Amino acid sequence: MSWNLDSDRPIFLQIVERIESDIVSGKYLPGDKLPSVRELAVEAAVNPNTMQKACTELERIGLVYSQRTNGRFVTEDKKQIDRIRKEMAKRTAQEYLRKMKEMGIDRDEAMRLL
Amino acid sequence: MRGENMSIILECNNLSHKYGKKTALDDISFSIETGKVVGLFGPNGSGKTTLIKKIVGLLLDDKQSVKIDGKPVGETTKAIVSYSPDRLAFKGNRKISYLLDFYELMYDDFDRAHAEEVLAGQGIQKDECIGKLSKGTCEKIQIILVMSRKAKLYILDEPFSGIDPVARETVIRIMLQNMSEEASLLLSTHHIQETEQIIDDAIFLKEGKIVFQKSVEEMREESSRSLNDAYMEVFR
Repeated sequence: MSWNLDSDRPIFLQIVERIESDIVSGKYLPGDKLPSVRELAVEAAVNPNTMQKACTELERIGLVYSQRTNGRFVTEDKKQIDRIRKEMAKRTAQEYLRKMKEMGIDRDEAMRLL
Repeated sequence: MRGENMSIILECNNLSHKYGKKTALDDISFSIETGKVVGLFGPNGSGKTTLIKKIVGLLLDDKQSVKIDGKPVGETTKAIVSYSPDRLAFKGNRKISYLLDFYELMYDDFDRAHAEEVLAGQGIQKDECIGKLSKGTCEKIQIILVMSRKAKLYILDEPFSGIDPVARETVIRIMLQNMSEEASLLLSTHHIQETEQIIDDAIFLKEGKIVFQKSVEEMREESSRSLNDAYMEVFR
């Protein structure tokens, strides 16, 4: 389906990662309003309960905040977005090193390839 | 919001059914919480449709093993259960507007204006005859009608059989979009891979017994397995 989620990893985590990356890459800008849980669930073709859980997690890590009746908005705290960007970059770098190690390429060699 | 204040909408306690001497359901017990989407899976002949017919009152539940919103199956429960059977409920040379009239007459909780809006959104004209439409379109109409009731429990028996992948995706979106909040949905289907992302809990039936019952997200978390993997392990 349109969000290309894997069925063997928790869906709510994949949704969190996807929206994190949409915020970090600027698809959603600081202060932007997010679509409603229902709209997002239909777009991703996932269960609304799962989407709800993902949105709650995004709130917990401080990337979005909710205004009681108005819905959810992307944080205007750019430092927070930067922090998540660095975390994502770190995860990607670790993933690179892990794959290199699997191929039998050590850390120094992997660094040189960059 | 969904997920809070969980209560039980459907409860089956030691439910059995026989056709003559043949056991179709063998001591089935499970419950469905408010707001959950529950998938019912199993090979042909495993008892899925029999179970659904018991819940919607098409087969007599003389032991009152099924309780919906705390009440045994009857007129009161039929008023809060919206059911789509495993074959098309409408045939022949009727117009879609006739189906809308029928639903309006039969069900107090049917939101006709909403149904008309969703039909229009799908490009389906009210004055078209049902007999001239494709199977996929008929299935969409049926699901739109069923989901346009403000029911507490939706029961869909194989809403995807014989329709193409794009129509299947549309039917899934119609379900997600139109299910009233605080409502639960029981979905019986062979299409695991297309539906496992919209399901909270899965139940596998085998020869009339429940052989698997789990939260799908918990399963992914605990064992990095998809529902399809689990199904193959149980039935292969």
